[in-house]
Order: sequence, then structure tokens, then C-alpha cells
Amino acid sequence: MKKSKNLSILTNGIIKENPTLRLVLGTCPTLAVTTAAINGIGMGVAATIVLVCSNAVISLLRNFIPDKVRIPAFITVIAGFVSVVQMLVKAFAPAIDESLGIFLPLIVVNCIILARAEMFASKNPVLPSILDGLGMGIGFTATLTLMGAIRELLGAGTIFSLPVTSEFIDPMIIFLLPPGGFFVFGILVALSNALAKKQGKPIVEHLGCANCPSRGACQNAVLDSEEKPAECEKAEAEKAEKTEEVKTVEKVGGSDE
Amino acid sequence: MNNTTSIVSILLAGILTNNMVLSKFLGICPFLGVSKKVNTAFSMSIAVTLVMVIATAVTWPIYTYLLYPNFTYLETVVFILVIAAIVQLIEVFLKKFIKPIYNALGIYLPLITTNCAVLGITMLNITDELNFVQSLFNALGAGLGFMLAMILFAGVRSKLDTADIPEFLKGLPITLIAAALVALSFLGFAGIGG
Repeated sequence: MKKSKNLSILTNGIIKENPTLRLVLGTCPTLAVTTAAINGIGMGVAATIVLVCSNAVISLLRNFIPDKVRIPAFITVIAGFVSVVQMLVKAFAPAIDESLGIFLPLIVVNCIILARAEMFASKNPVLPSILDGLGMGIGFTATLTLMGAIRELLGAGTIFSLPVTSEFIDPMIIFLLPPGGFFVFGILVALSNALAKKQGKPIVEHLGCANCPSRGACQNAVLDSEEKPAECEKAEAEKAEKTEEVKTVEKVGGSDE
Repeated sequence: MNNTTSIVSILLAGILTNNMVLSKFLGICPFLGVSKKVNTAFSMSIAVTLVMVIATAVTWPIYTYLLYPNFTYLETVVFILVIAAIVQLIEVFLKKFIKPIYNALGIYLPLITTNCAVLGITMLNITDELNFVQSLFNALGAGLGFMLAMILFAGVRSKLDTADIPEFLKGLPITLIAAALVALSFLGFAGIGG
């Protein structure tokens, strides 16, 4: 029973709540580094290591960090691990360091990591937090690698630097340039939406406050008044259900009289 | 003379050729999230520009005089904490002394701490080995470029509301594809200012 629960936490991040396609977090590195499949793997693995470590530490500290300063505290923990990973990559994989460039230190402001700290690790014990970090990391890596492979194939005719179509089709360089990144990501989100719709799950409509990791610290979490964060709606729906339950209980009580 | 031309070319590069959002992919979250209306896009980018310039003015001396050459590995940790502190200070300062600006920009400030554009530009100033004045203008140019992209994109998005969009592209996908087209138009600037 417990094992299956842990397994579902792990797989949750890979498909159901895929951080890039379903939660739409961490868009900057998703668009920036995916000019080649290998960069996607590099970025994904680096982010996964940070995610697992920071989730574990934040989960251990969850009863000690005062609520008011939790965001700065989380950022400090994350920044520490990012520095460690940065040094490791610099020392052991200088080529990856070169191609990721500034996006390696920028893992520190990657929304996925802060969001998982805020939404999961700060409320759950260590083991589930580690599994959640691992699942989210694998989901992130898989999406980045897929996107990198698509862009590399279309833009350079290779996958993992192995020639595929480059011999008989002229590569479309535009897919390696910024517009190609936006376009491929748009198509991938559309595909994942279409799949979600087929299975009757909600589709990703927009980037709103619901996805923003800073919304806990943000006193004015709804920036556009017509947009309501999904969680607010959920909470409201639950509230409404509860009041209805109360009402029905009252009614039952009334009919007893 | 040489100095002024380099500053002009840094500004131009920040705004047009090396646009923060559309060619460096920094600050995508606010670009997609807060660009629904032109006026919110404008306020957000003013706040980002302000924080970028002030953060550069503080982080550049810290790196050059304190961290370099022995503690460069602390760059990431120190910069993010300094930026978080600066954002808090700006918020407190504006709230106390310049109320109208606080009312207009206040809600965007907490979002900026985790904005990769701000951390990104302070780090790029270091990796590109710019001097202090060049760094300040680089930050200003990046901020103005962010503003230009945000406002243009907010304009494009307001047209999307009334457009007839295929069912499966509605919402985020069409927003991303519109961003691709805006980015495509910015490719036309490549080569200006060299």
C-alpha cells in the first residue's frame, strides 16, 4: 500500500504533472538550452540533482524554518546546491558547462525547484520529498531531451550529433534560433493538451498565478482579475461542497424533527 | 569618443539585437504571464528595469572588490541574496517615501526576486567582463529591451482574444507561437551595431 503511494509520487512528476508541459514551470531553460539533445540531458540532470538535494534538506528543515522567511530560506538552500553542482560540472564536464553557460547558475531561480520546495517538500516527510524531486527531475529531463532532439533534428539534421537527415535534407537553421524554440515548445504543449483532453483531463490554458512559486510571498497573487488560480477555485469548490454538506446535514436534522 | 560609441552599441544590443527575452530567453515567465494587458506589461517592465540597474550597481562592486579573485564560487549565492535584499529594500523604501510609485509597481516587486532576467543580467555583466559604467548601461539596455518585447507582445496578445484559433492551440500554445513570430521579427535586427 505504502509502496504504491511512493511509486505514484515518483511517476506523478514524470507524466501527470510533468513540470514543463503540464505545470509550465522552468520555461527559460526549456527554451534556451534545447538546441541539442545532449544539452537537454545536461540541464535536466543538473536540475534533478539540485531538486532532489534541496527537496531533501527543505523537508528536513520544514519544522524549523519560520513561515515568514521561508522563501529566502529556500532560495539560500537551493543556491548552495546550485553552486555545488556548478563546480562539479565545471570540473568534470566542461563541454556541458560551456554549452549551458549562464543557465547553469540560473537553476537557482528555476521555478520548478522553488515551486516543489514550496508546494511539496515544505509539507511532506523526507522520503516522499526525495521521490517527488526525482520524479519531477526525470520529467523535466525527458521533456528537455525530447525538445532538444526535435530541434536538433530539424535544425541541424542530427540527433545526439549523429547524422540522421542531414545528408539528404537541408537543415532548417531557424529551429536552432529563438523563434524555433518558442514554436517547438508551443507545438509540444498543444500536443500534450490534445492528449490530456482525450483523457478528459484539464488542459493548460495560460501561465497564471497558480503556477507561480512566489505567489505565497505575493500579497496580490491574482494579477489579472479575470484569471483565477486553479488552486483558489479548487479551495472554493471544496468550501462550497463543505457548506452544502453542512446544509444537507441540517436538512436531515430538520426532517428528523 | 570610443567609450561613448561602445555605450551606445551596448544599449542598442540590449534593446534590439540581444534582446533579453526574445534572443537570450531570460525572463520568459513574466513575458508570458504578465503580458495580457499593455498597462500591466508596462508597469512590470518599469519595475524590472529599476531592479536590474540597482542590482547591477550593487553586485558589480561586490564581485569586483570582495569576491574576485578568491571567492568567485560564491557568486551565485551572494548575488541571489543581494538581489532578494535589494528588492525588499526597494519595496520598503517606496512604501514609505514614494507612495504613488509603490501603488503602481508594488505588486510586481516580490515576483522579481525569482526573475531570472535580473540574476542573469548581473551575471552576464561579470562573464562579459564589462566595466562598471558599461554594466550599468547593459542593465538599462536589457531592461528597455524587456519593456519593448513585453509591450509589443501585449499588443499581439490583445489581438489573439478575438482571433479564430483552432481548438487544440487555444491558450498557451498559441501564445508561444505568437511569441515565436515576434522573436522572428527581432531576428531582423541581427547585425545592427555589430
